[in-house]
Amino acid sequence: MASVTLDAVRKVYPGGTEAVTPTTLTIRDGEFLVLVGPSGCGKSTLLRMIAGLEDITEGELRIGDRIVNDVDPADRDIAMVFQNYALYPHMTVRRNIGYGLRNRGASAGEIARKVDEAAAMLNLRDYLDRKPSQLSGGQRQRIAMGRAIVRDPALFLFDEPLSNLDAKLRGQMRIEIRALQRRLGTTSIYVTHDQVEAMTMADRIVVLNGGRVEQVGTPAEIYHAPASTFVASFMGAPPMNLLTGRFESGAIRLDHGPALRAAPGGRSGPITIGIRPEDVRLGEGDHVFDVDLVEELGAHRLLHGRLGDQHFTAHVLKDMPVREGRQPIALPDAALALFDAQSGQRL
Amino acid sequence: MKRAAFDQKWFPVLLLLPQLSIICLFFYWPAWQALRSSFYLEDPFGFGSTFVGFENYLRLFRSGEYMQTAWFTLVFSLSVTFLSLAIALLLAVKADGVLRGAKTYRTLLMWVYAVAPPVAGFLALILFNQRWGPLTEFFRAFGWDFRIRLDYFDTAFAMIAVSVWKQIPVNFIFFLSGLQSIPKAVREAALIDNRSAVSRFWTVTFPLLAPTGFFLLIINITYSLFDTFGTIDTILRNNPGDQPITLTYQVYLDGFRGQDIGGSSAQSVVLMVVVLALTIVQFRMVERRIHYT
Ligand SMILES: Nc1ncnc2c1ncn2[C@@H]1O[C@H](COP(=O)(O)OP(=O)(O)O)[C@@H](O)[C@H]1O
Ligand SMILES: [Mg+2]
Repeated sequence: MASVTLDAVRKVYPGGTEAVTPTTLTIRDGEFLVLVGPSGCGKSTLLRMIAGLEDITEGELRIGDRIVNDVDPADRDIAMVFQNYALYPHMTVRRNIGYGLRNRGASAGEIARKVDEAAAMLNLRDYLDRKPSQLSGGQRQRIAMGRAIVRDPALFLFDEPLSNLDAKLRGQMRIEIRALQRRLGTTSIYVTHDQVEAMTMADRIVVLNGGRVEQVGTPAEIYHAPASTFVASFMGAPPMNLLTGRFESGAIRLDHGPALRAAPGGRSGPITIGIRPEDVRLGEGDHVFDVDLVEELGAHRLLHGRLGDQHFTAHVLKDMPVREGRQPIALPDAALALFDAQSGQRL
Repeated sequence: MKRAAFDQKWFPVLLLLPQLSIICLFFYWPAWQALRSSFYLEDPFGFGSTFVGFENYLRLFRSGEYMQTAWFTLVFSLSVTFLSLAIALLLAVKADGVLRGAKTYRTLLMWVYAVAPPVAGFLALILFNQRWGPLTEFFRAFGWDFRIRLDYFDTAFAMIAVSVWKQIPVNFIFFLSGLQSIPKAVREAALIDNRSAVSRFWTVTFPLLAPTGFFLLIINITYSLFDTFGTIDTILRNNPGDQPITLTYQVYLDGFRGQDIGGSSAQSVVLMVVVLALTIVQFRMVERRIHYT
């Protein structure tokens, strides 16, 4: 068990790409931290620097109290689960799981006991003598997990471990991994581009964008108080509605719309106004929502259309009667998030 | 639209015909001829032949000279195969370490190696030159009076060295591409699981190279048995005397120089049996999941 500290850690690849700008971050002992962001934002690079698979260009990395910048991956007391499992194809499941232990000088008896334990935990008992190629994607994923947990490391690292699985299995493994981590209490850093995975699994989420940390917070904080329009539009499905508006004579207005609420201070000029689709109230208020499509999702429905001349989505529960066409809608003051129109930062 | 009207039965045969005739002309027919004449004693001046049964074969195995050539061929083939594989693997592992990621560099290096073999063989011969070869002088500096074509051991040494030298580039290319086809993540997983680079090589890299290695093993044995003929002939300059020769060279000597068609054919048949055995082993191993994934 250990905390991990990044102190102005930066990565510039030999080609000159700055994949990670100087980043300072602390991962607490026993925490499940998720790094989320679009493809190419530097998630893997950050994780691989922590694993020791990639050199750190600048800054300091500590696992526990130890500075590990120049420590070999094998000596960092970490285990990593890769996207494509990275199993040893020539070894049986048993040897795959036990390989790390064997190289750390564990006795044969100890290896056998720990491998059996891990196999039992992951429902792999019946497959221990097979080769990975004879197993399904989900089972291979479990072997990779087994290889990580059997060593009882201070830190688990996951790089998009579920993205090669089908949707159903992904949902199931998500829960399994989270439950396993809770049980073992091992500090974990989990990389994904899937915001649902991030929301459901994380103790805390780090949203990355272009090698920069946009926001760090609990899933609820990230969802309800996004620090920027980037976070607001990346997290949540469907994402937060982002509307252009302006400060005008002491009030906030949508472009081509009525006043929303009083403006703080005596500001003026353009602004971006955000509201979550589920925070609107249909059938009341003084805005007009022109619905052109109703998406039926069972427990709820999504209404897509226009507010003024801007795209807008509303989320309503299944008991609410809905129809297409123009209808009144209310945007409650308390649910509004205001962002700087240029920088996208929250005001 | 009008369809091409080929007779369904004959069209495939027509397509196969060029390949089939080449195989028949240059393989089946000579093989059959060799097999047939190995049972005859042929008059060297072309005045007919006499059926002698297995006499030609018995003569071979009773001949001390033939058995010595066989013994040398074994030593020669094993040395050439082992050394050219081992050295190429070592070089490939080193190159792979440098080349990871640098793709253009890698392609360029491969080109150089792909062009090199004939040149390399020729250069090696210059290196061993009796009068002014740098290697000969180098050995002399250490007190080894290196006399190619005069001393049995020295000639054997040069033959093996040149043959190995010529085969290394081919093996290198195969090993390098084998190494590069090992998934990056698998190596990285091993990096986390195992701190010793040597142990990582023997437990992960080497087993994953096994399919490549096995394929190369067969290729190299075949090479050392047959394709070294030119090298050996260049070194011996058509005048073996008491110097070491391989079975393939013996076939040529007895058949073309000694005019012993029967004996030479029997030797060819023996070599064919060796190749057949190698092929069977190869197919067996291919069947037995030496390939992963
Ligand atoms: N080995 C590398 N050499 C050069 N650039 C790289 C390398 N690996 C990744 N990059 C670049 O660094 C950026 C971040 O990549 P990565 O960390 O893999 O992103 P993510 O995992 O979030 O998709 C990308 O622009 C990518 O092209
Ligand atoms: Mg990635």
